[in-house]
Amino acid sequence: MGQTALIMLGVGIFAGIAGAILGIGGGMIITPILTLGMGLNIKYAIGASIIAVIATSSGSTIAYLRDNVLNLRVAMFLEIATTIGAIVGALLTGVLDPKYLYLLFGCLLVFSSWNMYRKLRRGQEVLQRVEPDKIATKLKLNGSYYDKAEMKDVDYQVENVPAGFSVMFGAGVASGLLGIGSGAFKVMAMDTFMKMPLKPSSSTSNLMMGVTAAASATVYFFNGSILPTIAVPMALGILVGAVLGSRIMQILPSRWIRIVFIPVLLYIGGQMLFKGLGVHF
Amino acid sequence: MAEKPTTAREMAQVETIIGRILQVGVIFSAVIMAIGLVMFLATGHSGYPGTTMPLTMGAILLGTWQLKPFAIMMLGVYCLILTPVLRVVVSIYAFYKEKDHLYVAITTTVLIILIIALVIGVYGK
Repeated sequence: MGQTALIMLGVGIFAGIAGAILGIGGGMIITPILTLGMGLNIKYAIGASIIAVIATSSGSTIAYLRDNVLNLRVAMFLEIATTIGAIVGALLTGVLDPKYLYLLFGCLLVFSSWNMYRKLRRGQEVLQRVEPDKIATKLKLNGSYYDKAEMKDVDYQVENVPAGFSVMFGAGVASGLLGIGSGAFKVMAMDTFMKMPLKPSSSTSNLMMGVTAAASATVYFFNGSILPTIAVPMALGILVGAVLGSRIMQILPSRWIRIVFIPVLLYIGGQMLFKGLGVHF
Repeated sequence: MAEKPTTAREMAQVETIIGRILQVGVIFSAVIMAIGLVMFLATGHSGYPGTTMPLTMGAILLGTWQLKPFAIMMLGVYCLILTPVLRVVVSIYAFYKEKDHLYVAITTTVLIILIIALVIGVYGK
């Protein structure tokens, strides 16, 4: 009993650090560890990972708000899309076979990693000097953040707001359906579609994940998907990890974050695909 | 670009307020979860028969009053679930204080959707 708690605490610290840095939430890491590593039923793994997402989000957001990394207006506006999506997704659970959840989960991850690879190959992080976008200007979405690695303020503009909004709705559905923060989707929406730099994308994704997850977490909470013996030590570990991770992320060069991102996504995605296809190791 | 410094300073203030309140909420739920976990590990009993756990708000509050470890742990988890909601509520106040009416409206919309989700969580399924 004490041993399980200790393992979950350790898993939590690791997932918290990684989640805070990458903006993908603990869910991506927690779900495979619990199902593939500990043989836990997918129902409880999803319950635990949705709590992990909230812990990562709230733990890391404290530092990201204080250090002015994230974009609060972008987060608030896009949360309209993610929360509606999360409700739709949560209501679809139980209607769908877990096998399809695994397949979908795996595909999403592989797609995200391919996207990140393309971005990395383009080389230097470019700050697109684009024409001010009308919607972005009207919604006051353009922002700036202080990059501790480069030691300077970075101004940036936001574009393609409707495309970003649509991807966010999809991210919300995936979140409610799979018990993940679908942070990779969120980072993709901001980083790829809305042309935001990686660090504000990742930290804003972290902030948003909490709200998206909270929208579906109560469903899981009251239907018995959350095992306190798993969720509590894990959440405590994650809070500690996320606080550490949110400090580490700010001093890391964006390029490194991408390099770490790609194999992590590919590995977990591949495992999930195999599980969905019924291949066991 | 003349209005930019004001907007940036404004946002920094908004973010500081939200960050502080969020920190209090996170520490509060972490302490409750930690108390429940320590009690569970120390006594070896969840306070409930077999593998069952309290699943209604009433049962959780009653169990917490009776100092049952699982009830306290679940209460802590529930408080953690509410921290992002708390963040949204505080944001409305912070945007209101900075007279950013557009974002008061946007954030209020998010809160309403969240409340609908919470209601579905409690009464649906």
